[in-house]
Amino acid sequence: MFFLNVLTSGLLSGLMYALVAIGFVLIYKASGVFNFAQGSMVLFAALTFVVLNEHGLPFWAAFPITVLVMIVGAVLIERLVLRPLVNRSPNTLFMATLGLSFVIEGLAQALFGSDVHQLDLGIDDMPLDLWGLQISTFDIFASAVAVVLVAVLAVLFSKTRMGISLRAVADDTLAAQSIGIRLPRIWQIVWSVSGLVALVAGLLWGARQGVQFSLSLVVLKAMPVLIIGGFSSIPGAIVGGLLVGATENLADIYIGPLVQGSVSTWFAYILAVAFLLIRPSGLFGETTIARV
Amino acid sequence: MGDPARTLLASEQTLLHVDGVEAIYGDAILALRGVSFGVPKGAIVALLGANGAGKSTTLKAVSNLLGASRGRISKGTITWRGEVTGRLSPADLVRKGIVQVLEGRHCFPQLTVEENLLSGGFARRPGRRELRDDLDRIYALFPRLKLRRRGKAGLLSGGEQQMVAIGRALMSRPTLMLLDEPSMGLAPMIVEEIFEIIRRLNADDGVTFLLAEQNAHLVLRYAHHGVVLENGRVAASAPAADLLARDDVIDFYLGGSASSPASN
Repeated sequence: MFFLNVLTSGLLSGLMYALVAIGFVLIYKASGVFNFAQGSMVLFAALTFVVLNEHGLPFWAAFPITVLVMIVGAVLIERLVLRPLVNRSPNTLFMATLGLSFVIEGLAQALFGSDVHQLDLGIDDMPLDLWGLQISTFDIFASAVAVVLVAVLAVLFSKTRMGISLRAVADDTLAAQSIGIRLPRIWQIVWSVSGLVALVAGLLWGARQGVQFSLSLVVLKAMPVLIIGGFSSIPGAIVGGLLVGATENLADIYIGPLVQGSVSTWFAYILAVAFLLIRPSGLFGETTIARV
Repeated sequence: MGDPARTLLASEQTLLHVDGVEAIYGDAILALRGVSFGVPKGAIVALLGANGAGKSTTLKAVSNLLGASRGRISKGTITWRGEVTGRLSPADLVRKGIVQVLEGRHCFPQLTVEENLLSGGFARRPGRRELRDDLDRIYALFPRLKLRRRGKAGLLSGGEQQMVAIGRALMSRPTLMLLDEPSMGLAPMIVEEIFEIIRRLNADDGVTFLLAEQNAHLVLRYAHHGVVLENGRVAASAPAADLLARDDVIDFYLGGSASSPASN
């Protein structure tokens, strides 16, 4: 039973990693850019929300305003950063997102200060006893939110014109341009959606640990998740997140005492290195279909 | 931008004017050195020439897709129905009726055949019904695609992929279709089938074509007019029948006699 408890709490924190990783995958798929600024977006979104909230706006008002802020941010990023760098190498774009992460963090600090904010979403963090399994109500809520978000994204991607266009761009950018799909527009949409995912991730993380600057460091935890799951796969991000969450929690309990220290801080990276050696494309990395 | 004299000169019958166009890649390689020709409404015009003569570059200059290969037009103008296209995006041009089928087909491999076709129709923002009708039109043209519509396009044969690429472009209801090496890597039977469809689209639906093709003997049987490119310049421009009759042109510029048609 103890083992199961450790496992479930690990899986639930893994879901949070998965949410952050999904933001990466969205942008990576549509533009081939590894967006280093995803962590700062998580921070910025959570800070915006929490400050609005502290100024007396209720959830139902603060949330859409924050979404709006993220959309405006996405449009600005496309105009000011991506468009001037169009047709450049992925490395150039990666470096640009690295710079972007500093700009966003600096902006967050200038606008909102560097205090730690408490975020109360009004969900109790009470342990619930389910057939001997201890699960917090907040964790159940968080996983429900994550599941709903992923389901909505999945439907958007598979059914709508926008979704088909997004996948078309991800598959072959040049061909997408040749049939009249507007890349700038697609990028604005993708960055907006990934801003929304960042907001949800930021709220769920922030409610747990307080909204503070260390939130942007989740970007470092998302890295092994992506390596394990595959950079271009949303299911991969989910499975990778769960795997990292579960294994690091288990390792902390069962290996931790042996090495007399916390294992969870580095275990995911060891796991990622193992994956790089054995299966570099990750669990769900897109296998290229090619027929000559 | 809008030169009124040119607008007047552009006769209603000539849809596309390519006028003294120079194109460079990466600020170093001059791929086109002043190419000029026109595409009359309702015609099939063939761009001929060996590898590296500038056929693909010319097509991409017309569709404004040069930027994606880090190239640009450094001189000259391209005019589409009296409008200079220099500052329009590829998406704008698709809305104005120019669509390109890229060399090597470029289907979306992870998308189904049907999604591939649908994606070509989005540019016009058609209604759901209209999109459906267009799709049925493509399936009538390529019955084989209907059978495989739920399969991923990446798993199709080369010929079927070419059909998907052409069908996808047709979904935008183009006035002018640019085709880059439609015969490349395909079996002769399939090539004939695809050229027959081009002829049908031209005759029945009035679609104008600009085709880049290495296989001169093949394409001149279907084209009305041929433009021969050599080293980024126009070496010859004449009605297709005249070019076919002049074996010297074909031998000299297109690298092959009738007995050994250009490979690929």
